Amino acid sequence: MALPSYTETRYRIWHYIYLSICTFVFFFLIAPLFVIFPLSFNAEEFLVFSEGMKNLDPDAFSLRWYKDMIYGTKNPWGLAAKNSFIIAIFATIGSIILGTLAALGLSSRHMPYKGIIMATLISPMIVPLIISGVAIFFFMAKVGLAATHTGIVLAHIILGTPFVVITVTATLSGFDHSVTRAAASLGSNPVNTFMKITLPLILPGVISGGLFAFVTSFDEVVVVLFLAGLENTTIPVQMWTGLREQLSPTILAVATCLIILSTLILVTAELLRRRSERLRGINR
Amino acid sequence: MSSETKQILTTDGIPLEVSLKKAEKKNKIKAFLLVAPLLLFLVITYVFPIGEMFSRSIDDKMITNMLPKTFKEMEKWDGKELPPEEVFAGFYYDYKALVEKQEHGKLGQRLNKEKNGFNSTTKRLFRNIKRKKIDESISIKEQMVKVHPNWNKVEYWQAIKRTAPPYTLAKYLKGMDMYYAPDGSVAQVDEDRRIHRILWLRTLEIAFFVTLFCFLMGYPIAHLLATLPMKYSNLLMICVLLPFWTSLLVRTASWMILLQQQGIVNDFFVMIGLVADDSRPEMMYNKVGTYVAMTQILLPFMVLPLYSVMKTISPSLMRAGKSLGGTPFVAFWKVYFPLTIPGIGAGCLLVFILAIGYYITPALVGGASGTLISNQIAFHMKQTLDWSFASAMGLMLLSGVLVIYWIYNKLVGVDNIKLG
Repeated sequence: MALPSYTETRYRIWHYIYLSICTFVFFFLIAPLFVIFPLSFNAEEFLVFSEGMKNLDPDAFSLRWYKDMIYGTKNPWGLAAKNSFIIAIFATIGSIILGTLAALGLSSRHMPYKGIIMATLISPMIVPLIISGVAIFFFMAKVGLAATHTGIVLAHIILGTPFVVITVTATLSGFDHSVTRAAASLGSNPVNTFMKITLPLILPGVISGGLFAFVTSFDEVVVVLFLAGLENTTIPVQMWTGLREQLSPTILAVATCLIILSTLILVTAELLRRRSERLRGINR
Repeated sequence: MSSETKQILTTDGIPLEVSLKKAEKKNKIKAFLLVAPLLLFLVITYVFPIGEMFSRSIDDKMITNMLPKTFKEMEKWDGKELPPEEVFAGFYYDYKALVEKQEHGKLGQRLNKEKNGFNSTTKRLFRNIKRKKIDESISIKEQMVKVHPNWNKVEYWQAIKRTAPPYTLAKYLKGMDMYYAPDGSVAQVDEDRRIHRILWLRTLEIAFFVTLFCFLMGYPIAHLLATLPMKYSNLLMICVLLPFWTSLLVRTASWMILLQQQGIVNDFFVMIGLVADDSRPEMMYNKVGTYVAMTQILLPFMVLPLYSVMKTISPSLMRAGKSLGGTPFVAFWKVYFPLTIPGIGAGCLLVFILAIGYYITPALVGGASGTLISNQIAFHMKQTLDWSFASAMGLMLLSGVLVIYWIYNKLVGVDNIKLG
């Protein structure tokens, strides 16, 4: 973004104002996440930087909140983490299966009523979570699935499928259908064609949709608050309770772990996106 | 064209047209069958329950089922003067049946909502029934009036008659701070008790300003990301994507730490001398906290659509604009900006839709003055257990969101939503 040498002074000034605005916005976006990191190593109970921390005194830092997170008496995090992972994994599998099938159908040019069906399938992403929460709660209570893992998994499949549908449809938009026809003409049955030809090609889209579904489920709190009993508590629910009652440094330790997890997911998603772009580039 | 044209036949001897139509139909069914599992799943677990919210929100069958004889007799009553003996008798026998089932308390409470004073009025009737003081062989009307003078007032009977239909829009009116007046017309609640209207306006206000802030902050960085060389923009993109992938609660927690009175933002203000150390402003548990946190959390949803549109705009267009004599500002305003309008539309609508239904962040950092309509819905779902009212408010919010969703679909198309 170097300016050409003939740029007038006022545009030069304007350019630097623009760059500083951008710097500020990037800082605004990313800085809050980095506050959590040092504070989670605080030796004291307060959520402010102590004098010792400002002077980088090693005694002011400790792993005490991480120990508390793992070994603390009657701490809920172990159960919450277990539940969160179980629910998120099953919800992801369910979302991937239902979402991919639907995306395959939607990408067919023979699909009738495409617009309205697509709008319906995407709607759980658009409808405010609180409303989804109320509606899903009424349903689960009626069929007796409230306060069960199954109920929460089903709820998260509802919320996760739109992401799979969107990413897989996007991948399929660059998909060359002549390869499946070629497979069919060589005598492959549709299931075999799907497993051997279509799936490997759309896999990046499927996985990145799956990641979205996983994160949606793993991070979802509104619907779980309506559905969950004490047994089904998840990490976000515990964080929600903790943040409402008292902001303890243990929460920051958990938050740091979650940031690390999201960084891993981000890297995976980015790699997949690039791979998918490369693949689609070849297809064109 | 003409009937003489020979029909083209396939090898099986079927006309080609028929055969093609058959194949087309088969393909249609195949495509539909792929979508069917998800569609069916969503309709059963999601679309129907939302419909159920509607029937729950207008449901008023409880009282209709409680007073069957009364309402039957009331059909003949014009509702202007005191009802005839039969209506009194009908009510008396209905109420007696309720007393036996011990459900009379619910009726009293329900009627009291319709007209103040009903609770005590019915309670006195209850005591007289319990002590068997009512003689069923003589006029019940006269005895009831003797029990409580309110039974002699036509307003009370009108109030009962109003509850006759099994459906009511009362919950929707309540959501807009209105109610059915005794004469059946719609009235406003007192000015100092209009809490819901304040919440609706505040929700709109916060959603609007959050969208505006997101746009003002998102536009420059989306532009920078789209124009920088790949290797820099990929790095900066992380600043947008990492918050996007990070747990909402983590981000809210970080704002709670930053904005607290002894927090870093206040420390900074004190350091640069903006505020005195002993008068640190309250930045959390009010609107400021909601604005700041929601803007940061929703900003990626503005940047990503803007970025994907801006990336398709060729830089030579700006150069052409400038070489034709436009200043950079004119070239930007007349050439670049109009081309980004689809991205602006997509980003703004997405952020607005998400902001209008926000719940978690306002509940944690909003305090009393920064909460939104969603918080009120959750409150009625969890605390007061007035589920029909929560449903009614949810559907009012939903109808607003669906209108925006519809506009979004027309302008952008749901299948054009870009993720990451």
